[in-house]
Amino acid sequence: MSLTEEELKMQITGDSSGTDSGDDVDEDVAEQAVIAPELKRLSRQTGEGSQELRPLQEIVIAGGPWPELEGDGQTMIINMGPQHPSTHGVLRMMMELDGETVVRAKPVIGYLHTGMEKTGEELTYVQGATNVTRMDYVSPLSNELVFATAVEQLLDVELPERAIWMRMMLVELNRISSHLLFQATNGMDMGAVNMMLYGWREREEVLRVLEIITGLRMNHNFIRPGGLAADLPDGWQEAVLGVCEQVEAGIADYDKLLTENPIWQSRTVGVGVITTEQCMALSITGPVLRSTGFPWDLRKTQPYLAYDQVDFDVIYTDNGDCYDRYRIRLFEVLESVKIVRQCVAKMPGGDYRVQDKKITPPPRARIDESMEALIHHFKLFTEGFRVPPGETYARVESPRGEIGCYLVSDGTGKPVRMHVRGPSFYNLQAISPMMEGRMVADAVAIISTCDPIMGEVDR
Amino acid sequence: MTESAFAYTTPTDALVVKFAGSVAIESHGQSVVHVEKSSLADVVEYLRVSEEFTMCLDVTAVDHLQDVERSQIPGIKRERFEVVVNLISHPRNIRIRLITQVPESDPSVPTLTSSFSGTSFPEREVYDMFGITFEGHPDLTRILMPDEWVGHPLRKDDAPARVPVTFKGDPGPR
Repeated sequence: MSLTEEELKMQITGDSSGTDSGDDVDEDVAEQAVIAPELKRLSRQTGEGSQELRPLQEIVIAGGPWPELEGDGQTMIINMGPQHPSTHGVLRMMMELDGETVVRAKPVIGYLHTGMEKTGEELTYVQGATNVTRMDYVSPLSNELVFATAVEQLLDVELPERAIWMRMMLVELNRISSHLLFQATNGMDMGAVNMMLYGWREREEVLRVLEIITGLRMNHNFIRPGGLAADLPDGWQEAVLGVCEQVEAGIADYDKLLTENPIWQSRTVGVGVITTEQCMALSITGPVLRSTGFPWDLRKTQPYLAYDQVDFDVIYTDNGDCYDRYRIRLFEVLESVKIVRQCVAKMPGGDYRVQDKKITPPPRARIDESMEALIHHFKLFTEGFRVPPGETYARVESPRGEIGCYLVSDGTGKPVRMHVRGPSFYNLQAISPMMEGRMVADAVAIISTCDPIMGEVDR
Repeated sequence: MTESAFAYTTPTDALVVKFAGSVAIESHGQSVVHVEKSSLADVVEYLRVSEEFTMCLDVTAVDHLQDVERSQIPGIKRERFEVVVNLISHPRNIRIRLITQVPESDPSVPTLTSSFSGTSFPEREVYDMFGITFEGHPDLTRILMPDEWVGHPLRKDDAPARVPVTFKGDPGPR
């Protein structure tokens, strides 16, 4: 929050009566000598740094008409976050408030920046998956998938059928867990705290199944260039089908609890409206784009894996408000359940990874009996494999929108550039136009329904 | 939408004809056009207005400092930096990637925010990470790194920081 010099001075001297007429001039001078450096220090602490809100008229995309300023027209700049429970991590919103109304807003990010793209240049392609899986930590398998796809495009390898269907099933399970997490946190942000417990409950069941298959609840490092890390374990069908039923029952509960709930509707309907045109201009993808009545889903429009062989619908709504974004994510879970069921039914046999000795490590049993296999395994995991020079952009529909991976190789074992287009990073740009002119309480709902994952935003 | 609504069969053809110095190639089944730095903003605006490219998906950059022997493309003088722009046309369901060479001596490109305001964040990211300025950008400040940071981390000559780890009770080198 920025304070005027006068207010700062009052805080320092503890003089609540303001500036009285100076009776004693000498005392004033002495006071000034103390106050001047202190003022400087405090203004450094309370200023907004070099990040500044843009002038009002420049934010064209947000559209007018601007609300008439209430009261005496005095506005105040408030920093919401980065340490705020509703900011989903470390998002800082700089908001100019006029009373309770947000006049301007700007997301300030970078608090979770860990230089993952730089790290990616130092890791081999085998190690790369462990890096990207930590970007969007709520849907790590989408990140692994897009990275693996990019590497495979450069290597020009064809995956076996079973690997494709396994990947599709895992990514859809991950989409379910991601959307359940959204339901939980979104409910909590709006005050429906019981929703948080329900959402977390079902998500935990999905993560348990992912743990059975991949060995880890999160950050799986399971989808790797050339296929997957391991085959499906015994009894996976029962586990997957069981969790499908639990999720469906859970979704029915949420639907009953929230969708027709008048309090819920009054918090979300008509709040944070965005149009298709704004989404197009601001590069917004995923559920936020689909909530504006534009049924764009890469799984349907530019199919990858085997999405053209399964039956599912693209969920979209027309109003582009918080309520629609909630409904889209609710019903997308059911479509994902549909896909998972078809994957279980149609799961082909065969190999779960490419049998190419250049990129696939030898089976575990061979390592025990063959020196060459041991050396091969060791070389692959210490030096990695070489990827032909070239550049490619792979894209996948993650739970938050189009996640892309731009990969440049120079023919060595490490990429020259590994750039991930995180959908949350772009979707954050929607927050300002959604928020401006709305109340502060709506800001929380708007941030929440954009569903930003800061790990992916800051990378 | 029938293809006849457009003057050229594909947008890459259009760019090669309309903008001198453009070279179209294909990279792993994706259409890529190398364009001149000076015409980048015009190319993007042309694609938006005339070829129905509705969204700019991504703006990023590559530093080729240590990659001097990379493949040469006829008609393109390779420079240290490359700025990469990914565009998508929703009505035509096609994608295009524009690559422009940016020399080390003058690391600046015209901004694309006048065509697609959504390129604001990624351009700030490229500026932050590579020090490539986007002329005309309304708010070109650092986005991920702290404001007072010196240097641009994703440049190849900006070495990653290494901090020696000392353990509690470590007697030191023996």
